[in-house]
Amino acid sequence: MSEEAKFRWIGTRVVRPDGVDKVTGRATYGADFALPDMLWGRVLRSPHAHARILSVDTSRALAHDGVEAVITSQDLPDIPSEEAFVGEQPTNFRELSHNVMARGKVLYHGHALAAVAATTPEIAASALDLIEVDYEVLPHVLDMPAAMAASAPSLHRDLEPAGFAAGATVPPNVSRRIELGHGEPDQGFAAADVVVEREFTTKPVHQGYIEPHACLVQANPDDDITIWSSSQGHFMVRAYTAKLLGIELSKVRAIPAEIGGGFGGKTTVYLEPLAAQLSRISGRPVKMVMSREEVFRATGPALGTRIRVKMGCKQDGRLTGAEAVLHYEAGAFPGSPVQAGAMTMFAPYELEHVRVTGYDVLVNKPKTAAYRAPGAPMGAFAVETVIDELAEKLEIDPIELRLRNAARKGTQAPFGPRYREIGCVETLEALRSHPHYTAPLGPNQGRGVALGFWFNAGMQSSAGLNVNEDGSVSVISGNPDIGGSRASLALMAAEEMGIDYEKVGAWIADTASIGFSDITGGSRVTFATGMAVVEAARDVKRQLCERAAAIWEVEPERVKWVEGEARLEGEPDREPLGLVDLAQRAARTGGPISGRASLTARGVGMAFGAHICDVEVDPETGRVEVIRYTAVQDAGRAIHPSYVEGQMQGGAAQGIGWALNEEYVYDEDGKMCNPSFLDYRMPVASDLPMIDTVIVEVPNPRHPYGVRGVGEVPIVPPIPAVVNAVHAATGVRYFDLPLSPPRVLAGIEAAADRGA
Amino acid sequence: MKRHVVATIDGEHAEFLCDDGQTLLDVLRDVLHRTGTKEGCGTGDCGACSVIVDGRLVCSCLMLAAEVEGREVETAISISNGDTLHPLQRRFLEDAALQCGVCTPGFLVAAKALLDRNLDPSESEVRFWLAGNLCRCTGYDKIVRSVLETAAELRGGTG
Repeated sequence: MSEEAKFRWIGTRVVRPDGVDKVTGRATYGADFALPDMLWGRVLRSPHAHARILSVDTSRALAHDGVEAVITSQDLPDIPSEEAFVGEQPTNFRELSHNVMARGKVLYHGHALAAVAATTPEIAASALDLIEVDYEVLPHVLDMPAAMAASAPSLHRDLEPAGFAAGATVPPNVSRRIELGHGEPDQGFAAADVVVEREFTTKPVHQGYIEPHACLVQANPDDDITIWSSSQGHFMVRAYTAKLLGIELSKVRAIPAEIGGGFGGKTTVYLEPLAAQLSRISGRPVKMVMSREEVFRATGPALGTRIRVKMGCKQDGRLTGAEAVLHYEAGAFPGSPVQAGAMTMFAPYELEHVRVTGYDVLVNKPKTAAYRAPGAPMGAFAVETVIDELAEKLEIDPIELRLRNAARKGTQAPFGPRYREIGCVETLEALRSHPHYTAPLGPNQGRGVALGFWFNAGMQSSAGLNVNEDGSVSVISGNPDIGGSRASLALMAAEEMGIDYEKVGAWIADTASIGFSDITGGSRVTFATGMAVVEAARDVKRQLCERAAAIWEVEPERVKWVEGEARLEGEPDREPLGLVDLAQRAARTGGPISGRASLTARGVGMAFGAHICDVEVDPETGRVEVIRYTAVQDAGRAIHPSYVEGQMQGGAAQGIGWALNEEYVYDEDGKMCNPSFLDYRMPVASDLPMIDTVIVEVPNPRHPYGVRGVGEVPIVPPIPAVVNAVHAATGVRYFDLPLSPPRVLAGIEAAADRGA
Repeated sequence: MKRHVVATIDGEHAEFLCDDGQTLLDVLRDVLHRTGTKEGCGTGDCGACSVIVDGRLVCSCLMLAAEVEGREVETAISISNGDTLHPLQRRFLEDAALQCGVCTPGFLVAAKALLDRNLDPSESEVRFWLAGNLCRCTGYDKIVRSVLETAAELRGGTG
């Protein structure tokens, strides 16, 4: 506790700097911008899951009164294959271009193939009906066994599968094979007393951010382009738009709107390059806003998986070996998070023998996008369910079994390196000692636990810190604030400067006003951009000490910045100089005082979370109700505990939805049948209990304030926690998501039949 | 031909022209430029566009603009009294009951409609009343607590 006392602001629950705007409706999100003379853009989307585009005739649409521009892929440059240099998951600019606007073929129902700009949204919508497209419908593949069958139609004829040995037989539509691990799992299984092997499937689910994608773009005749849009990274928007249009990044300025949720889904672009091209052609600003149906049909969901897991364990609860084969749907273009799934699934455990093989499989569905700890929740579902079964068979408490195998400092991770300071054991111990774990349960109720891991990201960040003329401070960064990061950055700035939080303003600058910053993703902003803010503040403190030294006519080394003011060492009677004094004298001591930092953040602190879930299952209907939930997580150090708790609660809720309700339902033509919030059932307030949180703090020694990323790991444990709880309540093991009432009921009835 | 509509919006006299098929949400956002009311789905499933019309909570995406002729519309803007935040708004900030904030105006409008009727709701009543408002960030925990705390504050229970 003595450690906490040394902080004045870190760990306090202040009101966020952007709070008042957001509770009064003043905050401007992607769809809230407008310009005089603005046009409205709409996108024509494929009615087929797979088809060759034989011809597109836009002449009637273009002739329609009020239509100012119509584009197809012919109006965008055919760019070469090139790995993208920003973003979260590996992306290829050529594939990105073909996803934004189909070229030659449409690859999924909802794939964009033309766009119009018109004077009203209604005219734009009606003009879409006037575009005549001649398709040659092709056979499509919706699931991975079908996509990998020898006779399957290929989505991309020029696919060059990676990761296979020379001469190996590669099934169709597999873009990549990965393998990782160490030891010989077969040796481990031979030494085991119990071996469990199971296969799991999960369905595509959407990130479900409430704000649909939206942008406003103005192209000037000299080709300068200004973009207002909602994204998880306006530098990403700038790069992707410029690359897809074949222009220099310096010609594009991206201005971040407030973002209405992303969860990884806004780490790429769909609309901005189209709006930019429509604006270049029409000479007028173009606004584009997706409908919710478009969001479901055409933006990156987290796609389906098929996972086989085999684990062996000794009678004493020591795991002896682990093996998994992962198939992850990538959607219509390569790039599922199978690598992350493979790396994370066994990461919480010390394993002498572990091997994971993974395949990235193309199907005629939208291109997958990141979703909160991308790839990890599915792997954890499989592994944590098998662990639960091992614990049951060995009659060992499931938390105890995990503790006996928990990763510690020095444990070799399945993906190679040895862990540094991690809080896996501390998190599990806090879970075990929580009163929830021993609370009594009623009839038809069951309790499940699960553990989860996520790496967290570092990446590049920039920050500036300006001392204003009145002695207040403005913190400027390049990362959209998706859930309270302005507050955490301002808290770190106030702590570092030794001044009141209220004296600190926190602002997010556009791409022309701050150094490059990678996306808001990978749970990295409070960690990495926070690091940049601290460095910028230290830069400013050094300058402030120099100014004070100049005023006092002493060596700068004798001046120290303490509690928000410059003090002269060895002369306690000397009146200190505060920020107001030094700001007011700045003009005469060398000019404005401003600090900056641009860095690649090293020393990421990896994150562990562990959850307890209680459910009640209605044996008549199969309906599962979550009745109590507790999430425990190592945050390193919680800069603003309320927003750390918020991440834990939000991640848990998303995971519960994924476990129980959410899924993309396709008809046999490859059309999603439930593209609305009515039919794609995300949790509502009456579906959930309070979600209790316990923040564990094992500081990350390589961050100035000990921060670990907190945003993603909370979605990793919920699925297996829920599924294990349903097993405890019903005695039935479930291996396929979601645990919707019909599936749960079928399991209960099948078990009853077997029993009878 | 456009229709001429006169209504009271956030306590102010408002006049606008609209098409017969235009929703109240479209007029609020695109004609009157009152973008504090958000669109999340356009089908009445998310509650981000919640407004109060003559005391009744509605999704403005499901109401035709022409229907508000002569009526009183309250959006999130009029929850606060000038620069003074409504207790609900203050609690939402103090309790961190918002992350991205895009659902927040709708939640505030819906919660105010609840507290206008019932100053002593149970947790269950709050959860079912707010079940028409989707939030994907918070898991609802801090929202529900904020509404319960505000109700207690307004009853004079706690300060």
